[in-house]
Amino acid sequence: MIKQLKNVKWKHFVNYIVVGAALIVFAILRLVGEDVPRSTQFLLQNISIAMILAVSLNLVVGFLGELSLGHAGFMCVGAYLGGKIASLLEATLGNGPLTLLLSLVVGGLCAAVCGVIIGLPALRLKGDYLAIVTLAFGEIVKVIFQNAAPKVFGGTLGLPTPKYSRHELYIYGFALVLITLFVIQNLMRSRHGRAITAIRDNEIAARATGINITKYKLMAFTISAFFAGIAGVLFSYTQSSVQAVKFGYNYSIEILVMVVLGGMGNITGSLISATLITYLNTVLATKLEGDSAVLKDMVYAIILITIIIYRNAPGLKGFREKYNFKNLISKIHTKHHDPAYVKDDEAAWDRVPTKIHMDEILSVDVSVDVSKSTLTPDKPSKED
Amino acid sequence: MSEYVLETQNLGISFGGLKAVQGLDLKIKKNQIYGMVGPNGAGKTTVFNMLTGVYHPTTGKVFLCGEDITGKSQETINHKGIARTFQNIRLFNNMTVVRNVMVGLHNQKEYNSGFITSVLRLPKHFRVEKQMREKAKEILRIFDLEAERNNLSCNLPYGKQRKLEIARALATNPKLLLLDEPAAGMNPNETAELMETIRLIRDKFDITVLLIEHDMKFVSGLCDEVTVLNFGTVLAKGKTADALNDPEVIKAYIGG
Repeated sequence: MIKQLKNVKWKHFVNYIVVGAALIVFAILRLVGEDVPRSTQFLLQNISIAMILAVSLNLVVGFLGELSLGHAGFMCVGAYLGGKIASLLEATLGNGPLTLLLSLVVGGLCAAVCGVIIGLPALRLKGDYLAIVTLAFGEIVKVIFQNAAPKVFGGTLGLPTPKYSRHELYIYGFALVLITLFVIQNLMRSRHGRAITAIRDNEIAARATGINITKYKLMAFTISAFFAGIAGVLFSYTQSSVQAVKFGYNYSIEILVMVVLGGMGNITGSLISATLITYLNTVLATKLEGDSAVLKDMVYAIILITIIIYRNAPGLKGFREKYNFKNLISKIHTKHHDPAYVKDDEAAWDRVPTKIHMDEILSVDVSVDVSKSTLTPDKPSKED
Repeated sequence: MSEYVLETQNLGISFGGLKAVQGLDLKIKKNQIYGMVGPNGAGKTTVFNMLTGVYHPTTGKVFLCGEDITGKSQETINHKGIARTFQNIRLFNNMTVVRNVMVGLHNQKEYNSGFITSVLRLPKHFRVEKQMREKAKEILRIFDLEAERNNLSCNLPYGKQRKLEIARALATNPKLLLLDEPAAGMNPNETAELMETIRLIRDKFDITVLLIEHDMKFVSGLCDEVTVLNFGTVLAKGKTADALNDPEVIKAYIGG
């Protein structure tokens, strides 16, 4: 019992510890003046953006259980509006952390407002229908920013963004990952999170239990959009100009792949797969040159398929269970090397005879306390 | 305050041309255990769905303690004081037993903590969570489920899942509890236990119970009054023994 509780706590803090440790290491390196190479900085920026996106999409897909394919759309809103605000503020406030902070807040809030506007009508839909609406939203946003008001948003040339010192950006990126984790993990561990998971598990029952479905769906959707907006602003800072083409449905799907690969509703998984996929993308894009560049997508796809098959193939079940990370850890902790030891679920079944011969009537003893019963069988009823 | 906890007047619903339920007048007094029986397809669950706002009745009105709740949303009706269980069990399968009950406690004023409080994990959040957990344990104790509180609800045996569903419904602090076939799939011992538990919660929580059940022993042992439905219309109603022995009712069940 106590062990179980300890495990739960550990699970919740492991994300903070890992991301926080990375953040501290980067910050110290920066203070000492030991800059990590430019290419690594770029990779780290992208990883932090991917982490924010994956964790925030996990709130909608994993915890709320609704399929959203428009996450890049919210990111686009954040990138354009946050980037625009940043370039406006640059003149008065300079190009410091304050501008970054303000543009992050504005970009996030704008995306959140879009989340509410889309969410209110769309969250009445279910499953595939919601997916189609969010997909359409992402495409519409992309086209709007590409074509509307070219003087403001730069049209097809893209929106020029302020040149923030890129040496520090990845540090802010990881700080934002930490904030995202803080908000979403704490939300999911509260009564609000419980309501959101209840809706995913059984919407009809949640409604009958008095949960306000609309409120909680909208809450999850809006928070998710807010963080996508923040990731967008961060993205706009890493680029010399924001190109709307980037935010197509391919990118939305890539974020979804991170969530699915990491496991629905598994935040640690999202962080790991965001890192992995971003790393893969970057490495493949830089290492494969010339003619072999066409192989990039193929290698990427093969790796994804392999991972998915490994995680789900029934034939590999025994192998997975044997070399499971969780099991390896619990083996170190618990000393159950007794071969007669069976885990809770299996225990009862091992004692039930499983071979039944022809023409045999087999009964399994069920120990029921008959004395407790108040119903005597076949008692003549009062009417007789 | 009306004399009746639940009163329906000429309640009816039709789907297209099909009149699923018509002319239903229920009058359920406080602390009564009221039964609703009838052959399959008689419209019993449809009545439940109308009472809880899943369906909006095409005719008639529903009053809860004298207040008109016809056509209100499911959430609102639950807040006003009707909780229900389902014929096919609907638990939150990926949650532990205790959390299932805590979802039931979600809407009660004393356990309310806002979004900011929860995200920043202010002291109030911990206080409220602790109170909710204690209250949930207290309810689980009544149903003899406290020992299993940290198991996933989908891993419970069938009978316990049914009990848990009742526990969750009770957690919403209802005035009227609707039980849709609570004894389905239970063995005789479990059924007997369940009868005791329903009486116990009626007294302890001061509630009224309306239940659908096919087990006539269960109904006659527990219910004060019953309404018998067949093809959406009331076949008989009144004291349990009288209504169940009505020749029309026997004919509807046995045929002929």
